[in-house]
Amino acid sequence: MTWVLGNLDVIRERTLEHLVLALPPVLLGLVIAIPLGWLANRTGAGRAILTNVAGLAYTIPSLALFVLLPPLLGTGILDSRNVIVALTVYTVALLVRTVADALGAVPTVIVDAATAMGYPPARRFVAVELPMAVPVILAGLRVAAVSSISLVTVGSVIGFGGLGRMFTDGFQRSIPAEIIAGIVVVLVIALVVDGLILALGRVLTPWNRIGQAAGRGT
Amino acid sequence: MAGEWLSVKTEVARVIEFRGVTKRFSDGTVAVDDLELVAQAGQITVFVGPSGCGKTTSLRMVNRMIEPTSGTVIVGDRDVMSGDPAQLRRGIGYVIQQAGLFPHRTVLDNIATVPLLVGRPRRRARERAAELMDLVGLAPELAPRYPAQLSGGQQQRVGVARALAADPPVLLMDEPFSAVDPVVRESLQDELLRLQSELGKTIVFVTHDIDEAIKLGDRVAVFRTGGTLAQYDEPGVLLSRPADSFVAHFVGRDRGYRRLGFLSCRGLPIGELATVAVGAQGPSQGWVLVVDGERRPLGWLDGNTARGRTVGTLDLVPGGSLYDTGAGSLRSALDAALSAPSGQGVAVDGDGRVVGSVCADDVLRVLTGEGHHEATVRS
Repeated sequence: MTWVLGNLDVIRERTLEHLVLALPPVLLGLVIAIPLGWLANRTGAGRAILTNVAGLAYTIPSLALFVLLPPLLGTGILDSRNVIVALTVYTVALLVRTVADALGAVPTVIVDAATAMGYPPARRFVAVELPMAVPVILAGLRVAAVSSISLVTVGSVIGFGGLGRMFTDGFQRSIPAEIIAGIVVVLVIALVVDGLILALGRVLTPWNRIGQAAGRGT
Repeated sequence: MAGEWLSVKTEVARVIEFRGVTKRFSDGTVAVDDLELVAQAGQITVFVGPSGCGKTTSLRMVNRMIEPTSGTVIVGDRDVMSGDPAQLRRGIGYVIQQAGLFPHRTVLDNIATVPLLVGRPRRRARERAAELMDLVGLAPELAPRYPAQLSGGQQQRVGVARALAADPPVLLMDEPFSAVDPVVRESLQDELLRLQSELGKTIVFVTHDIDEAIKLGDRVAVFRTGGTLAQYDEPGVLLSRPADSFVAHFVGRDRGYRRLGFLSCRGLPIGELATVAVGAQGPSQGWVLVVDGERRPLGWLDGNTARGRTVGTLDLVPGGSLYDTGAGSLRSALDAALSAPSGQGVAVDGDGRVVGSVCADDVLRVLTGEGHHEATVRS
C-alpha cells in the first residue's frame, strides 16, 4: 500500500499508456472486421477462407508477433506501433467470425423486405442489416476489448506494456505490491471498458431490450 | 384523414402484364411455365394454388426480386427488366407474411421507410406515416412502439401502411394474412376491401386459401403444380364453371352454396315479419322478432314461452345472420333464412333496421327462375 501511495504518478502514467495501446486496436479492428465479415457472409467459400485465416491469425503467439512485425512493417523493434498492429490483428481475428455470424442471423424475410422497399444493397447494409447485427457484434466486441487490454501487458517484454511494465519491474526489483497493483488496475480497466460497451449496446438498441422483455412475457 | 390522403395521390393505377413468362431455377426446376396473364388496373388479382405452383415466384417477378428466364413482365408500359431495380421497387408496395417489419425501427419509422428512401425530409415523411396509421386503423399512440410490442394483426396493418406510404400505383401482397388467427384475418380482409374501394390500386395478392381468394379477388388465377395457369376468371365463374377437375377439386366443397355469394338478390321478395318492441305485450303463439326503439333486431321470442307477458330481454332466443337488402347476396339471404329459429330470415336496410323477412323457398325460386344474371356482389 505504501508503494502504491508513493508511486501514484507511475501508476497514472502506465494506465494512460495502457489505454492508448489497448483501445485504438479495438476500434481499428472493428472497422476492419465489419467489411470483412460482410464479405465472409456473402459466399460460403469466402466465409470458410476468412474465418479460417482469422482463426489461424489468433493462434500466432503474441510475443512472436511483436518480434515478427518490425521487419514486416519497417518499424524499429522498440516501437509502440508494433503493439497496436498486433492487437488490431487479434481483434480482427476475433471479430470477423462474429460479424459474419451476426449478419447471417438477420432474418432473410427482413432483408427481403428491405430489398423490396427499394433499398440498394449498400444502403440496405447500413440501414437494416448492420443495425440489426449490433447486439451480436457488441457481444463479440466485449470479448475483443477485454482480450486486448490483457494482451497489452505482454508488450512489456519489448518495453511497451503499459501496466505490464509494473509486472516486469516489480518482479526484477522484488516489489510484490507493484505487481498486485498492476493486476488490480488491469482488471478495473477491463471491467470498466466492458461495462461501457454494454451500456453503449443498451443505448444503441432500445428495440432489442423490448424484444427480449416481450419474449420473456410470453 | 383519408380525404387529404387521396388528394396527394399522384399516380394512376397500372396494368401488370405477364407475356410468355417462364422461370427456371438453376437446379432445373421450372417454377413458372409460359405464363400469360393481365392483372387489370385498379383491381385485386389473386394468385392461388397449392405450394410449389409458382404463385409467389410470379409475384416476385413483378418487382424483380426474381428475374424471369424468358418472357416479359410489364408494369404500366415498362418492362421491369429495364432500368434500376431499386427505383422500380419504390413504386411497388410490398406486403409479406408476418409483415417483415424492421424490428429496430419504431412503427412510425417503419411506415416512413419508402418516403425517406425517395428523399422526403424526415418531418414530412413522419407526417405522412401518421396519416397512414390513421388510414389503416392504427391508434396514434402506437407510433413510438417497436414491432415486437404489437399483436400480429397490428403488425400486419403496419405492413400494409408501410407498403402504401409512397402511394405506389401497384401493391404486391404475399400471403399477408396467413399468420394471423381466423378472426383477425377476416377483419384484415374486410379492411383491405374497404381500403381498396377508396384507393383503387392494382393489387396482386398471393394466397393458398381459396376462400380468401374468392372473397378478395376481382379476378382469381388458379395455378397448378409446375407453374401453369389452370384458370383465370372472376370468382363467381370459378365456382360455377371450373375449367377442369383440378380447379373443381381445388375450389373445394360447398362450391354451389358458396357461389350464391356472387349472385344478386334481384327479384327476391321481402315478406311481412311480425315484430314487437321491448316493453310491449308479448305474443301468445308463434315466433316474433323483438326490436329496439330504432327497429333494430334484438332476438326472437317464442309465443309458447312468452304467453302474452310483457316483453323483456331475458327470454330472447338469439337471432341468426341478417340479410342486408342493399348489399347482400343470395348466400346471405339464404343463410339468414336458414339460421333464424322461425325459418324467416330477417331483412334489414343499410342502417340495420328491420324491413321484412326472406324465406328459403323464395331464394331457391329466384335461383332456378329465368333470366337470372350473375353479378359481383360481395357478401
